[in-house]
Amino acid sequence: MRFVDEFREPELISKTAEEIRRLAGTERHYRMMEVCGGHTHAIYRFGLKDILPENIELIHGPGCPVCVLPMGRIDDGLAIAQEPDVIFAAFGDMMRVPGTQGSPLEHKARGIDVRIVYSPSDALKLARLNPDRHVMFFAIGFETTAPSTALTMMRAKAEGIRNFSVFCNHVTIIPAIRAILDSPDMRLDAFIGPGHVSTVIGCRPYEWIAHNERKPIVVSGFEPLDMLQSIVMLLRQLKAGEARVENQYKRVVPWEGNRAALKAMAQVFQLRPYFEWRGLGFISQSALRINDQYAEFDAEQRFEVPGIRVTDPKAAQCGEVLKGVLKPHQCKLFGRECTPEHPIGALMVSTEGSCAAYYNYEHRKAAMVSLSSIA
Amino acid sequence: MLAESALTRFRDPQIEMAHGAGGKASRKLVEGLFAPLLFGAAPGPLGDAAQVDINGTKVAITTDSFVVKPLTFPGGSIGELAVNGTVNDLAVSGAKAEALVVTYVLEAGLSTPVLEAEVRAMAKAARDAGVRIAAGDTKVVEHGKADQMYVTTTGIGRLLPGVTIDPRSVRIGDRILLSGPIGDHGITILLARGELDLEADLRSDTRSVLPLVEALIRAAGPGIRWMRDPTRGGVATSLNELARDCGLGMVLFEDQIPVRDTVRGACELLGLDPLHIANEGQFLAVVSSEYADAAINALSLAPGGSEAQVIGEVREQPAGTVLVTTLYGGSRIVDMLVGDPLPRIC
Repeated sequence: MRFVDEFREPELISKTAEEIRRLAGTERHYRMMEVCGGHTHAIYRFGLKDILPENIELIHGPGCPVCVLPMGRIDDGLAIAQEPDVIFAAFGDMMRVPGTQGSPLEHKARGIDVRIVYSPSDALKLARLNPDRHVMFFAIGFETTAPSTALTMMRAKAEGIRNFSVFCNHVTIIPAIRAILDSPDMRLDAFIGPGHVSTVIGCRPYEWIAHNERKPIVVSGFEPLDMLQSIVMLLRQLKAGEARVENQYKRVVPWEGNRAALKAMAQVFQLRPYFEWRGLGFISQSALRINDQYAEFDAEQRFEVPGIRVTDPKAAQCGEVLKGVLKPHQCKLFGRECTPEHPIGALMVSTEGSCAAYYNYEHRKAAMVSLSSIA
Repeated sequence: MLAESALTRFRDPQIEMAHGAGGKASRKLVEGLFAPLLFGAAPGPLGDAAQVDINGTKVAITTDSFVVKPLTFPGGSIGELAVNGTVNDLAVSGAKAEALVVTYVLEAGLSTPVLEAEVRAMAKAARDAGVRIAAGDTKVVEHGKADQMYVTTTGIGRLLPGVTIDPRSVRIGDRILLSGPIGDHGITILLARGELDLEADLRSDTRSVLPLVEALIRAAGPGIRWMRDPTRGGVATSLNELARDCGLGMVLFEDQIPVRDTVRGACELLGLDPLHIANEGQFLAVVSSEYADAAINALSLAPGGSEAQVIGEVREQPAGTVLVTTLYGGSRIVDMLVGDPLPRIC
């Protein structure tokens, strides 16, 4: 398969892994954070930890939009879903995320009209097909998905569609990275920069990480070879005492980003003064709301929103895992009360969440290794 | 004696779509509620068909319901699935389907030509598979209380000589065989729904696997330990069940697993794993290592078996688990399907 197999070529992968071992040496420990949940998923899916030397530690970052969404927002969205004639539309990733009264899927089983859509424009299509109903799109995601939500609202406005709204949970990546770096218990050497987000925002917004924080960052693709090459680039910078923004994912990410997408976002959204992130707390100017010109499509203005705030279960240590302070299996609930079938924290729900990735691909492997090392 | 309620372990408050998806939730429902109340406390490993002793003659029996949406799709339709699905459940249990009983649940308002086309499809599939449709029943429910039509087939089969299927007979060093490319059915259905604006030249793999199973038994009968058709939940779920039942590790070689490029492409785009996607015309077999070559040769020469492959082997570790290894030395655990990526595929 073109554009995939080239980046999974065993011989090249082995050679790159060899280069990583050579550069990493044995003297020091390297802590690198992959910001994006897609990278976390890829690391586990391709078993990359098996081929990296032990002194390279990958810390899973906050870049999984489902994972950072506070439970109260899900409750708010599902409260609107119970209004008469409302169709609740969301990406498949959202369907099993628990609210206090159950997940969207559990609401569907109870008769609430919950639909999976693959894009916001599919939700708009639903609105056109169901003129007697109101379709509310539960929007999540970083700058990756925000432009398509914006374009859909622009389309809805142009077509004069009145039975469509968006419950906006879009967040922005840079403030989250800043919050991580500001966290006192965080020690990081370098960042593997998000790939998909950067197709929209480009590489410039990361420059402060290199200049002010003196941490190298390499924007990376998602195939095994992409990620290994990014680690090589980071190691070379670290060895040379440099801190720069580099773009490994040039085949997709333009340095300046996607101007058309940024323009669409600017037309429809404005920054919220602050927004709550699950595990990270309130972060100022870290999320988007729908601006006044598009107020008619803003579900938070059209409907009574309860504004529910839910504190995470005390025993769950999602925040520490999200910041990379704890590994998923070090959480007290991991694999016991909290599993992919019965997730307590959102990190266990999304396939991009580090707990689910670790549970699905790794934890029995870890158990096996520890058993064999005892024997 | 324990009260019956003490035997049930199913604690989910309501039935969700995932309970019908063939993965973990389905298994919990069967093992936690159905099996303890219907079969007694410890039914042992649950196969695709049961064996019943009638006056000293053993026969295999199984049943399957079909609720696929849409009713027709490239490569097949609900009628064909309903025949092949039950024929295949018997085949991988080491039995040749002799007779089927059919139940239709029809929604008032279903057009007669649609029904007739499906009945014709069933008749043809039954002829092709060499099985007789012996009896049937029809129920009609109000418009809106079912989705066009549902079909249930119950099959009774004669045990094929020369083979015993038992997950507990699987040994370290056995080879894991797959009859051909995976994921065609599930992805075809997903695309046929037309919700994705994706198109691909792909057909469901629905067919009777009996001829391939018979070829395998002729060539490697004494070496066959276990067979299963990986329908809902895919290869990953079937092998996880085996791993659990035999307590050994199933190690797969990713580069040996046949997957068409269209299926791989769709899975890449949608974030799905082909190992979790349903199949309707493939089967898995575990064969002792000394019979593996003969088994693959026989399958490759049989019609429709040219893409059969050894995809992995049974090892002591990781016990009770399926591990996929890559050519470059990475590995990952593949669990049963959790949740329900593709509702109502069969």
